Order: sequence, then C-alpha cells, then structure tokens
Amino acid sequence: MIEIKNIKKSFENRPVLKDISTLFEKGKTNLIIGQSGSGKTVLLKSIVRLLEVDEGEILFDGRDIRKLNFRDLKQLRKEMGMVFQGGALFDSLNVAENVQFPMNMFTTMTPGEKARHVDFCLDRVNIKGAHHLSPSEISGGMRKRVAIARAIALNPKYLFCDEPNSGLDPVTSILIDNLIKEITVEFDITTLINTHDMNSVMEIGDNILFISEGEKGWEGNSTQVLFTNNKKLNEFVFASPLSKRIRDLKQREDDE
Amino acid sequence: MKVFNEIGSYFLLMYRVFSRPEKKQIYWRQVLLEIEKLGIHSLGIVAIISVFMGGIITLQLTYNMTSPLMPIYLIGLGNRDTLILEFSCTILSLMLAGKVGSNIASEIGSMRVTEQIDSLELMGVNSASFLILPKIAAVVFMSPILFILSVFCGIIGGLIAGPLSGVLTIAEYVGGIRSFFVSYYVTFSMIKTLVFGFLIATVPAFNGYYVQGGALEVGKASTRSVVNTSILILFFDLVLTQLLFK
Repeated sequence: MIEIKNIKKSFENRPVLKDISTLFEKGKTNLIIGQSGSGKTVLLKSIVRLLEVDEGEILFDGRDIRKLNFRDLKQLRKEMGMVFQGGALFDSLNVAENVQFPMNMFTTMTPGEKARHVDFCLDRVNIKGAHHLSPSEISGGMRKRVAIARAIALNPKYLFCDEPNSGLDPVTSILIDNLIKEITVEFDITTLINTHDMNSVMEIGDNILFISEGEKGWEGNSTQVLFTNNKKLNEFVFASPLSKRIRDLKQREDDE
Repeated sequence: MKVFNEIGSYFLLMYRVFSRPEKKQIYWRQVLLEIEKLGIHSLGIVAIISVFMGGIITLQLTYNMTSPLMPIYLIGLGNRDTLILEFSCTILSLMLAGKVGSNIASEIGSMRVTEQIDSLELMGVNSASFLILPKIAAVVFMSPILFILSVFCGIIGGLIAGPLSGVLTIAEYVGGIRSFFVSYYVTFSMIKTLVFGFLIATVPAFNGYYVQGGALEVGKASTRSVVNTSILILFFDLVLTQLLFK
C-alpha cells in the first residue's frame, strides 16, 4: 500500500502538483489519469523519488520515502519495479540480459537459477525465442513486455507503469493491460499506472485518480467514472464521440 | 553563478561516482568492456597520428634548424622531447577528448533521455558509479599506454621521414634520440597524461549525465563536453607545467 499526503511540487515557482493526497491499494491496479501536461508523470516520478517533492509525505507501507537516507532508499527501491514509457531497456544488453540484470546486481543466484528465472519471467509475459535479440530488434509491444519481465524479476512489492500503452496498437494495448492486471493479482503487489488510454481506464481501473492541472480532480473506480458529474473528468473521459456513445449505450442498458 | 553551480554539481557527481560499488565483479567486467571500447579501439588512430606527427616534426625541425652551428643530432633529440613533453600527452589528449569524450557524453546522454538512468536508479543501482566509474578506470588505465605508444610511433615516424627525405642519416637521427635523455620528462608527462585521462572521462560523463531533453540536447552536450574538456586540458597543462617544472 502506498499513501501520499499533501504532495506539492513546483518547477521554478510554477506549481505542478498542488496538495495531492490519496491511497494506492495493494493487489489492485491504481490508475493515474489526466491530460498531457497535467502532472501525472511528475507525480509518479515524485512517488518513487526520482524527483524530490517540495512538501508532503509518501508512505510505502508506513515508510516515508522522503525521510530515507541513500542506503535505505536503495533498499526500498529493490522492492520496486518500473515500466517506463519507452521501455528503458539497456541498449547494450540483449533481451535475456536485460531481464537478468537485476538478478546479477542484487542476488547470489547461480547462472543456472538465473537462466531459469529469466525463462520464467519471459514466459510470464508471453515472450518466446527472443532471448538473444537486442532491444532495437524487437517491436514496441515486445519492448514493453520485456520491460515488465524485468520489472517483476525480483518479485517487487510495488509496480509502477508510466503510460505502458503509449505508441501501441489497440490489440497489444489490451494484452499489456491484462498482463499488468494479472501480475498485480498473482503477485499481490501495489500497482500504479499512469495512463490516458480510456480502454485501460474501463478495463483495469480498480482505483482511478484523475489529475487536472496539478490538482486531484476526482477519485473512484472504472464503473463510477462513466456516470460522474465531474465536468473536467467528463471532458477528459468523453472527449471522443465514440466514448460518448459508449456511455449513452451503457446508460440505456442500465435504465432498461 | 552558473559556473559555480556547474562546478558544485560536478564534485557532487564525483562523490557519488566514487562511492562503494554494489557488485565488484560486475564493475570489473564493465571496466574490461570500457578498456576495449575506449582504449583498445583508440590504438589505431593514436598510432597513425603519431607516426605522421613524428615525421612532420622531424621535417619541420630539419628545415628550420639547418645551420652549421647546430649539431644534426638535435633533430632527433628535438623530435623525442617534443613528443614526450607536449605532443603525446597534451595534443593526443585533445584528440582523445574529441574521440572518447564525445562517445562518453553521447552514450550517457542517450541513456538519460531514454530513461535508462532512471531505470537503474529505480532498481537501486547507483547509476553514477555504475556508468562512470568503469569509464574513468578504463581511460586512466589506458592513457599512459596510449602515451607510450604515441611516443614510440612518433619516433618511428621521424626515423622514416628524416632519412627518407635525405636530410639526415639513420645513425644521426638515432644518435639524437639517445642524447641528453631526461627521465623526469617521462614522469612529468605521465602525471599530465593521468590528469588529462581523468578529465577526458569525467567532464563528458558529467555533461551527459545531466542532459535534459532529446537527441538535440544530447548532441549539444557532446559538443560542449569536447569544448570544456579541451579548455580544461590546456588549463591543467599550464598549471602542471608551472608546478612540476619549478
């Protein structure tokens, strides 16, 4: 469980996060949604302390990440996995070596154990026969899946995904969403996903936090998001005619 | 003010770079890879440039110093001392600042803009130490080797160019090379080479590590790192010459 309390962050006197508080539950997919430039990525990077916030508390099962010294922060980060927007795979390593990297750094596993665990992680994200390919030789969707495999290599307690569907086709996006959801439940981890993909919101949004201009605009789940009266959220969620029609159909279904 | 800010950031980065490595075995492997990439791959260009420069210095000395009052062996001696004192440490380091420095800045800068450095940090790896320390070790280790190779190749270049142009014989040239050798010159140049090697690795690494933006900024950081390293090499050349020749 991750709890954030009164988070504030500014860049050169320009406030980007304005007093945000919320709770991200364990075993659930917690989504942070909002328009581009609303502060989603800043919030996610602030939570993992890649950016330092100006004020507030960020509690990982009671441990305030802001108060940890360098050594304790490193320890806490070993409990985290993160899938970056572009995958952030290491160019100099192949697929298997990328997944194996955290094991090499932080475990005393034998080469055989590492190889078996790499196979397990890659199987888990449905990647077969790509062990020796370099990141530049695989597709965007595969890169994201390898990044997920690497993120779960050390059985993290917290999983962070920064726009895992960006640049992917709808079919691959659904695959990635389902994969993250399955992993979250299977490993009972606290998952935070930064997204503006409405399909993800509808399909895997156990908890949804809507950020608008750096402020907490709304909080709820994937069912509530369809029928909220929040004007800004409606403008964001139902920006396309297709999503408006889906809402109307759903409403009609419910009325009948 | 910005300069002081940059200097402070540089020393803070160095503090992180020289903190205890997570897993020495992996760092050691990285050092060997960097030695190959930054050092071994520079052997060819260093040898070629040094052979030509040795030849050119010999010919220049010949055409500018030909006088009945000047003993002919001074040409070999002049070539040797020019190579040891300035060319093979300072000029070669300026060249390496371009080749190796731009490579380091663009590699680390690209890793920054593609969030690979953030990814390392998120795993609990000290990214500064993991990425930069092996490069420093590799460049500092290889710099004296490249210096020795350069002096050797420069002398061979003179040996080829001098007698071939007919201005002096092999015996006269070799005689000059063996005359009035001051071993302290080698010590002095080795010290300079080590300092320059450290600058060649750390200044571009600093520029790359803190790059913000995209491909354009990586390119700018790479250019800036070459300019900054070159200026610092010349500055430290001046300081070390003053200090070590007092």
